[in-house]
Amino acid sequence: MATATASQTIGPFWHLLEDKDWADLTRFGATGERITLIGRVQDGAGAPVADACVEIWQADPPADDTFPGFGRCGTDQNGMFRFATLKPGPVPGRGNATQAPHIAIQVFARGLLRGLVTRAYFEGESLNETDPLLTAIDSPARRKTLIARPAGEATWRLDIRLQGGDETVFLDV
Amino acid sequence: MADPVPFRAYSPGSQPPYGASAYRSTTARHPKQKLQPLPHTVTETTGPRFAPGRFEPIADLSVVDGKPALGERIIVAGTITDEDGRPVPDTMIEIWQANCAGRYQHPGDTHDAPLDENFRGAGRVFTDAEGHYRFVTIRPGAYPWANAPNAWRPNHIHFSYFGPAFATRLITQMYFEGDPLLPHDPVLQAIPDESARQRLVASLDFSIGQEDWALGYRFDVVLRGRSATPMENT
Ligand SMILES: [Fe+2]
Repeated sequence: MATATASQTIGPFWHLLEDKDWADLTRFGATGERITLIGRVQDGAGAPVADACVEIWQADPPADDTFPGFGRCGTDQNGMFRFATLKPGPVPGRGNATQAPHIAIQVFARGLLRGLVTRAYFEGESLNETDPLLTAIDSPARRKTLIARPAGEATWRLDIRLQGGDETVFLDV
Repeated sequence: MADPVPFRAYSPGSQPPYGASAYRSTTARHPKQKLQPLPHTVTETTGPRFAPGRFEPIADLSVVDGKPALGERIIVAGTITDEDGRPVPDTMIEIWQANCAGRYQHPGDTHDAPLDENFRGAGRVFTDAEGHYRFVTIRPGAYPWANAPNAWRPNHIHFSYFGPAFATRLITQMYFEGDPLLPHDPVLQAIPDESARQRLVASLDFSIGQEDWALGYRFDVVLRGRSATPMENT
């Protein structure tokens, strides 16, 4: 029985794969509550990470022919990413738990030998108070690193700090 | 509703750490806090589906508009299985690499080596029902990088895999048997287990190659398997 193959960095030249349309999860005609998810990826020195590949996956709304549920966006010179997607609803957690609406995020970049997984929750959702992951994080300041804030018309912002005092909570999945 | 069956934890030593001092770019980019454990939920046990009808396969990187790229043509093939040896069918594989001179068709690549307009720097293939895949390309050249004085990356092809779930996503690099740069590469050497490193090195395989046309290399990949069979309801 073989164990899973080792990860290696995505490197600085992954853009050879990039199709910028992939940042728009509504491009196949999905209907629902459209939102924009933006954010900035920065390193431990506070510098923008300008060559990251940011991917998102959401289990809700369920993926179908009109909604891929998956998106990919390269960060720009300022470390910014931007996705157009649909607002997720709650999904089941383990046991009888309910998870607050969230979008899974994975960051790949030069200097990351493995991808880093985190989540974007949405500020103001009442289910955030009982979400199994959010409530498992003891520090309120750390918990906040997973909660996107309103940033304009139907727009939510979650910055991702790879390292440092306000480091994002990354998940062991 | 029954809980989704989680994927197995990564085997110790099989994966590189986030911080690896010999690979300089990790210094300011790796988290220093402990990762937060997350028992798998539907978010981790489901994942994107890509169909060849919508994401057109590109299985030959060695030709553009009928004109052949320069360099040594090779065929790369193998099987994708999970940790229980079951094939991973109908999954998308993305590929990208430098040309035969060690140059990427990328504005950020300033290496003083020629571009080749007849080389496609990227491709995309799907596994068949038995988990097999195959593509044609050019053996990539080594290239220098800023990690250390006179540092060179070994010949490598970048790969991206999805598998059945968000939790099975994998990005890695394939190396070539016999490359003298392998022991000097801090990216490959960051993987603790010798056997795990060895599995990223493709082996020459004459059954994959094609007589009078191309050498063949085998690169088999294992994606995470499910951790256990679910308990029956009693
Ligand atoms: Fe590379």
